[in-house]
Amino acid sequence: MTVGAFADRGADLELVGIEKRFPGFTAIENLNLTIPAGSFFALLGPSGCGKTTTLRLVAGLEEPTSGRILIGGADVTNQKSFQRPVNTVFQSYALFPHMTVLENVAFGLRRRKIGDPVAKAHEALLLVELDHLAHRKPQQLSGGQQQRVALARAIVNRPALLLLDEPLGALDLKLRRQMQLELKTIQEEVGLTFLHVTHDQEEAMTMADTVAVMNKGRIEQMGEPQQLYELPKTAFVANFLGQSNLFTGPVVSTTSTAIAVEVSGQKIVVPLGRAHRVSGEVTIGVRPEKLTLHAQAPIHDAGRNVVGPGRVIDVSFSGVSTQYLVAVPGVGTLVVFAQNMAFGPAAHVGAQVWLSWNVDHGFGLDDDPADAPRFEADLDTKTIARQRRSSLITELEGA
Amino acid sequence: MAFAAFSTTTAPSTDPVARRRSPVALFLLLPGILYLVLFFLTPLVSLLLTSFQAPREFGDIGQYDYAFRWQNYVEVVTTYWPHIVRSFSYALAATFFALLISYPLAYFIGVKARRWPLLQSLMLVLVIAPFFISFLLRTLAWKQLFSDESFVVQSLKALSLLGPEAHVTGTAFSVIFGLTYNFIPFMTLPLYTTLERLDVRYLEAGNDLYASPFQVFRKVTIPLSMPGIVAGTLLTFIPAAGDYINASRDFLGGTGTQMMGNVIEANFLVLQNYPTAAALSIILMTVILVIVSIYVKRSGTEELL
Repeated sequence: MTVGAFADRGADLELVGIEKRFPGFTAIENLNLTIPAGSFFALLGPSGCGKTTTLRLVAGLEEPTSGRILIGGADVTNQKSFQRPVNTVFQSYALFPHMTVLENVAFGLRRRKIGDPVAKAHEALLLVELDHLAHRKPQQLSGGQQQRVALARAIVNRPALLLLDEPLGALDLKLRRQMQLELKTIQEEVGLTFLHVTHDQEEAMTMADTVAVMNKGRIEQMGEPQQLYELPKTAFVANFLGQSNLFTGPVVSTTSTAIAVEVSGQKIVVPLGRAHRVSGEVTIGVRPEKLTLHAQAPIHDAGRNVVGPGRVIDVSFSGVSTQYLVAVPGVGTLVVFAQNMAFGPAAHVGAQVWLSWNVDHGFGLDDDPADAPRFEADLDTKTIARQRRSSLITELEGA
Repeated sequence: MAFAAFSTTTAPSTDPVARRRSPVALFLLLPGILYLVLFFLTPLVSLLLTSFQAPREFGDIGQYDYAFRWQNYVEVVTTYWPHIVRSFSYALAATFFALLISYPLAYFIGVKARRWPLLQSLMLVLVIAPFFISFLLRTLAWKQLFSDESFVVQSLKALSLLGPEAHVTGTAFSVIFGLTYNFIPFMTLPLYTTLERLDVRYLEAGNDLYASPFQVFRKVTIPLSMPGIVAGTLLTFIPAAGDYINASRDFLGGTGTQMMGNVIEANFLVLQNYPTAAALSIILMTVILVIVSIYVKRSGTEELL
């Protein structure tokens, strides 16, 4: 590795057949991943999915049970973490409490014997707008400030590969946006490779060139954020990355361009190019914002799928859009996001509605519906609370 | 003493809090203050006065009058300077060896054994276990082990590692060995309490920032365990400098290994030369006070190591 000099460009990261077993469970199973130099790569997944373990393996803080790690083409599997051209922004910041902010930032530079560490540390602190606090101790700073120091301490080393472990978690929204831009700028300026681990899908999508969604130690799907969002491959991705309405049913007819799936008597058409499975039982879906609400049954149109009639069971206003929950008998509860183009909601609770969407907006999943659990509405806590309340009300009325 | 070992001597000073003078606080402090005045301040003043006493003219042995005979100090230093130097060098050596042995031990119990709480508690019990037997008995046991007829010494002689006329007891080695042995728990326990709280994520961060394991130890682990090091070395050095058991002829010492404690004991109890003993005590106390205050002040700064 290049001790004594900055990396002039990012390096490829290649994980080959990585497996990591802890006593009692497997954190990562057979992970193959290539991150091209200079890219901003996000590893997205819920807690416990193995994303932080992956990061620690790359940093050299854990040893893989099997498999190889290559940085810039060089095998670093057997290198210790201090020998790897990698720096990490830790989730816990891990700022040295016995050193000033400035000494914390200069630590890596001093170890690598890089000239003028103090001036370079000041530069890095200026970048995160904390130079005026350079002589404080870390514990005298707020959580957000500590996080920025941690960021400065890592990027000051200009590593070929920068690992970020949920680095923006403690920042407020405004600072978070600012740091996201800052990070993106630094990354583009220097052309470093960033590996960003997060459970925040919005952060992953806005910052990264490539997002890999991880679940239970495996990468479910990888691609550009837009591709991932528009064409999810699995039910997990469809629901972890935004919300989805999913339906399961048998394929009843196939044409050269599309397949038709029967969902409780209603035919739903998905373009062949957007369906991963084309025969047997399949799960298909559509994003909530692609749905349109109709007060009357819409006139038949070959270019649109129609589901209904259903009943609006919940309306929640969120400024830009309104979220409707529509219960369709035999199909389930569907989520609809409607832009607030006019004042007031387009439908009230209890109204009978039909839902339609452009055939081209549907997608077919790769999951086998037999072993994947049947889709249940992606419920946030608010919805669960609301459902509890309504079920309680009905219970009380019945008593 | 064992309990005092768990407290940190160099607790970081908190922000200046406006002190409230309340009569209740004063009242609650009163028993403590009275105790200190009665049993610490009074004997101290008495000791100081004794150290300046002059022998009574035509008096018996052990009869002295209050005076201001500062020459006592000059006589004491000129007569006993080898003992003074020996006391502090033995104490320093014992502190050094105790630290050398205790640090890896405390590191293992406090950091490496975290994954096995049972092993951790077992090892802690083993560190404290010697306290269940009087240290006099334990030191006597070492005397037996090191005696000329003992298996250890006989074997060493048989292997020609020791000369036929060599002894182990009565040497500087056996005194420093005894001091080190007796004070290891006092060194280990405060070290353990700081190392047990050491956040290994700092060590990982150090590794991530290009520091080799040795550099991480020097730049991160040691500074972070400084409170324990200071507490442990003080708890070892101060009593070791004044110790008179290990160096005593009845235990591990000999004529050539007498420390200040032995001289003070002899002057007070045998020679009845009270002013000399008192002056020696005052010198011992002052030197320790000066050394300790310099040490604590220096170690409080981050630049120490």
